Amino acid sequence: MSDSLLLVAMVVVPAVGAAVVAGLPRERTPLARQVALGVSLVVLVLAVLATVAFDPDGDRFQLTSSVPWIPGFGVDFALGVDGIALVMLLLVGVLVPVVVLASWDDTPPARRSMRTFFAWLLLLEACMVGVFAATDVFLFYVFFEAMLVPMYFIVGSFGGPRRQYAAVKFFLYSLLGGLVMLAAVIGLYVVSASAGEGTFAFESLRQLDIDPDVQRLLFLGFFVAFAIKAPLVPLHTWLPDAGAEAPIGGAVLLVGVLDKVGTFGFLRYCLPLFPDASRDFAPLVLVLAVAGVLYAALLAMGQNDMKRLVSYTSIAHFGFIALGVFAFTTEAATGAVLYMVNHGIATGLLFLVVGMLIARGGSRLVGDYGGVASRAPKLAGVFLVAGLASLALPGTNSFVSEFLVLIGSFPTRPVFTVLATVGIILAALYVLLLYQRTMHGPPRGVLFPADPATADPATADPATADPATADTSAAGEPAPAGGHGATAASATATGTGTATGTATATGTATLTEAPPARTTTLLHDLTRRETVVVAPLVALILVLGFYPQPLVRLIEPAVAATMSDVGADPAGTTPATTEGTDR
Amino acid sequence: MDTVAAEGLLSASWLVIALPLLGAAVLLLGGRRTDAWGHLLGTATVVAAFVLGLLCTVQLAGVEGHAVDAELFTFVSTGSLDVGAGLLVDPLSATFMLLITGVGSLIHVYSIGYMAHDPRRRRFFAYLNLFVAAMLLLVLGDNYVALYVGWEGVGLASYLLIAFWHDRPSAATAAKKAFVMNRVGDVGLALAIFVMFAQLGTVSYEGVFGGVGALAGGTLTALGLLLLLGACGKSGQFPLQAWLPDAMEGPTPVSALIHAATMVTAGVYLIARSAPIYDLTPTARGVVLAVGAITLLYGAIVGCAYDDIKKVLAYSTVSQIGYMFLAVGLGPVGYAAAIAHLLTHGFFKAGLFLGAGSVMHAMGDEVDMRRFGGLARRLPVTFVTFGLGYLALIGFPFLSGYWTKDAIIEAALDRGDWAGWLLGGVAVLGAGLTAFYMTRLMLMTFFGRPRWTEDQHPHESPSVMTAPMVVLAVGSVAAGFLLVQVFPLDTWLEPVFGVPEEAEHVVAPALVGLVVTAVMALGVLAAWLFVGRREVPEVAPARVSPVVRAARRALYADTVNESLFMRPGQWLTRALVWVDNRGVDGAVNGLAATLGGSSSRLGRAQTGFVRSYALGMLGGAVVVAGALLAVTAG
Repeated sequence: MSDSLLLVAMVVVPAVGAAVVAGLPRERTPLARQVALGVSLVVLVLAVLATVAFDPDGDRFQLTSSVPWIPGFGVDFALGVDGIALVMLLLVGVLVPVVVLASWDDTPPARRSMRTFFAWLLLLEACMVGVFAATDVFLFYVFFEAMLVPMYFIVGSFGGPRRQYAAVKFFLYSLLGGLVMLAAVIGLYVVSASAGEGTFAFESLRQLDIDPDVQRLLFLGFFVAFAIKAPLVPLHTWLPDAGAEAPIGGAVLLVGVLDKVGTFGFLRYCLPLFPDASRDFAPLVLVLAVAGVLYAALLAMGQNDMKRLVSYTSIAHFGFIALGVFAFTTEAATGAVLYMVNHGIATGLLFLVVGMLIARGGSRLVGDYGGVASRAPKLAGVFLVAGLASLALPGTNSFVSEFLVLIGSFPTRPVFTVLATVGIILAALYVLLLYQRTMHGPPRGVLFPADPATADPATADPATADPATADTSAAGEPAPAGGHGATAASATATGTGTATGTATATGTATLTEAPPARTTTLLHDLTRRETVVVAPLVALILVLGFYPQPLVRLIEPAVAATMSDVGADPAGTTPATTEGTDR
Repeated sequence: MDTVAAEGLLSASWLVIALPLLGAAVLLLGGRRTDAWGHLLGTATVVAAFVLGLLCTVQLAGVEGHAVDAELFTFVSTGSLDVGAGLLVDPLSATFMLLITGVGSLIHVYSIGYMAHDPRRRRFFAYLNLFVAAMLLLVLGDNYVALYVGWEGVGLASYLLIAFWHDRPSAATAAKKAFVMNRVGDVGLALAIFVMFAQLGTVSYEGVFGGVGALAGGTLTALGLLLLLGACGKSGQFPLQAWLPDAMEGPTPVSALIHAATMVTAGVYLIARSAPIYDLTPTARGVVLAVGAITLLYGAIVGCAYDDIKKVLAYSTVSQIGYMFLAVGLGPVGYAAAIAHLLTHGFFKAGLFLGAGSVMHAMGDEVDMRRFGGLARRLPVTFVTFGLGYLALIGFPFLSGYWTKDAIIEAALDRGDWAGWLLGGVAVLGAGLTAFYMTRLMLMTFFGRPRWTEDQHPHESPSVMTAPMVVLAVGSVAAGFLLVQVFPLDTWLEPVFGVPEEAEHVVAPALVGLVVTAVMALGVLAAWLFVGRREVPEVAPARVSPVVRAARRALYADTVNESLFMRPGQWLTRALVWVDNRGVDGAVNGLAATLGGSSSRLGRAQTGFVRSYALGMLGGAVVVAGALLAVTAG
């Protein structure tokens, strides 16, 4: 049946595309990006076809195909999807064309070619599809590790000034996690061999009855790898560096998809294969998850580098996802999976629009911008949509997932849930602080070289020319100024200043002495290409915000199956009415 | 609560929300192409929503049980959680629907004139439409999640509109402050919803109200307090009141619609809607009473000290919503009184704000009352309409505020215990203060010697602005009498709140009316003695009593917030950034460096991929071997 070839095609097509693009001559970069866009759109079509062919009420794994790969060790090249993997494939299918288009006019660093960039991007797509579609644990491991290589080169060759440092740090962290996981994968094989026939097939392994002590060890092996990937505090410090130094397209896929392999792994491997250990370690994981929600949100507020800031917000969001997974209720885990998709869309958009701002101003520092909304309303509008999705405002997709995670976790884990709920205040703060500092206020900063930092308000808006209002605004505004100074100071003190070499040339110190001759603004609103890049994500944010049920319908059966694996009631939580007291 | 499925016109009630939402979408997506007619479309959608809402309400009056549920689609359903997108049209939500679309229509019309010279007028109407849609969802939703979506939706619209002139840093800061303080309240509302789901397995009004009887007292109190936290945030009640006066940074029509007539009363709606919960928890109701009483006094005291005309009106709003909280806190005897005061307040406060906008329009956006004076003759329509709103607010006999405020004070006294006397006394004192600060405002603005410069040329506003003011002034005069005497609101709302027991009057209503009127007259007299009789200095006197100094700084509310939350928060953030870079990252880097043998290797750019890889492989092999050993041994 041809359906079973869909997943194979989704791996093969981008891989072949990568080879084709890499083989093009260096001067054919325009053709390379067209091929890349075409290939990624084909993958998107395949993902949609796979969704159409998928029956939510059917078998757990569908569209399966399997050929023996290393028969001696029972390794198969086995692909198949459940609802969880399927929605991740849809996310990959949507994000890669968007990223290709967003990187369309990027200039590569010296001695690099964008052709190579697009080739790595397609190879990365093949690996991402593979890692979600693998139903053989060894195959999963291979894709898991292989995924590192294209991302290493995307960050290390095409990133910011400190790209080498960031790439190596990313690679070492991931490799460390991967190797610990390899040990656990081998351990799994040993266990299955001692129980009968040695195998790596997920379905067979799931039915093993593993001794709880062994479960604990194997759980830790997988868990460490996944907790590095979807970074949980305190294993998170590679992400702000990688997220900040990666080119925007790379950052979108890194945070939007790659990191989700970690939370996907919790749900696919940790819970079903090691249910006892999962229950034992759940309190510990929840502590890390909630700590991440609060800690990373506070850190996001203190960042002056926009890309680092967005990276920290993602760490906070991963905390929510981990909470949803380890609360062991169908509602929360469904929310967690939905969160993975929604976060990819919302944070992807936030990274893209931050990238568009950086492309205009040449600086990643929040303090180098101000008043953008008055000159580029569309850019500011999309920025706001992305920000609101990031703070999970109702009406955006993220609200549904965050709400499901929290309401689903509350019955089993009230204390953790209450603490995580406080995180929604912090989310409002970090998003709106960023938005106010960059978009609101009088035009100033690197994009307005003609306007000195103390821009004359009379030129901006007749309303602000009124001396009374100007007075109140000066008096009523000590907080952001102080906060800004503080974050700038802390950023320099902690060495991120060096990471922003591009910014120093146009820093505020030189800005006040900028020659007044330059009257033109560097700022233009969204171009047509940029509009096409952001439009699908904005549309998805709103559509999934108001009508999420189709995705929930795909996800829920797989989540319910996972919940019954881990011994929770797949039908969801039971209300406590009859008990009548607070738990 | 028995509802019937929607039929006929009522099944199209979703259109009431969809129309303004469509307007917002067209205006936002249409871009500059819609500049020419955008404001007309925005106004037309709200007027159409009002007409449709009126027809729905008429039909509702003929439906048995007066409650109609229109289920639209499944919003999200997983596990045992089932959240539908459905609308509940009953007397309470229909009343709000008419208030929102009615006052909303008037303010849209007014804004056509007020924003005529603003280059971003289209965007203003888009946000205003968005607000109306979200507010309608808030009151029409048939479950707490729909309410929450509307709840945060109006918060977004409020944010966008406060920051409408966003190149003013003060406006941008005020918008952020409003959103964040609202989110503090939203956490309470969200947690209340979580508790409902955990305890009752449902979030629909019907399910929750049907099941609350089985809940333990502690749970009910917790629910009541969490909902109250949400209500305090949205309605600018103590201790979350500090954002509302700052929100006056937005254009004045916004202050009238969102920050006076509708959005800030959403907290009253929430508590009234949740009556079946509050009916069972006297403890939570007691806290509602305390919040209401504190806030009504707080707003009235601070309102006496400000010179900014919009801020005085804002503190007046804070204070008046305090009255409404006091009323809903009284339980079944107070719900209808609260809603009645909410409606009349919607009329006269919206009218007052529009009047203030007209004054600002005339005076070149000046808001300092010390720069006004003698405007009565220059702005005759504004003066008369504003004056009627003023009389209605201070409770001048037989105007709107007289009927609805007296009803609240009577209900408080009817408790008959010491708390009743205390609350009644506070409410009467508040009435006196209200008369004082509003008379002061009138005297400083419309009477006395002109303190503006001749080049300001005060002029009456165009009729597109004055017409809505006239309509609202008529409402300010008549609404109270109509709602209390002609079409009794409490009868209309009986299907929602039930029939309250006939209270035994502790004090005869006529006597209450007399006392309240006397106290009001004292307030007016005091204002005349302190303000009207003397010359108003153009600069606020610096040598004043500590009480005035404290009131001018809003009783140090911002100081408390800053020193308790903002500064420590900034310190914490700064400390954590340091810890994360030095501590956590340093520790991990250090560990990696130790494994690698040299601390410079990781940081140095030349560190080759292959070398690191090899190093990693080595480390990995050790781990694999160790793990295998451990597994075999285990």
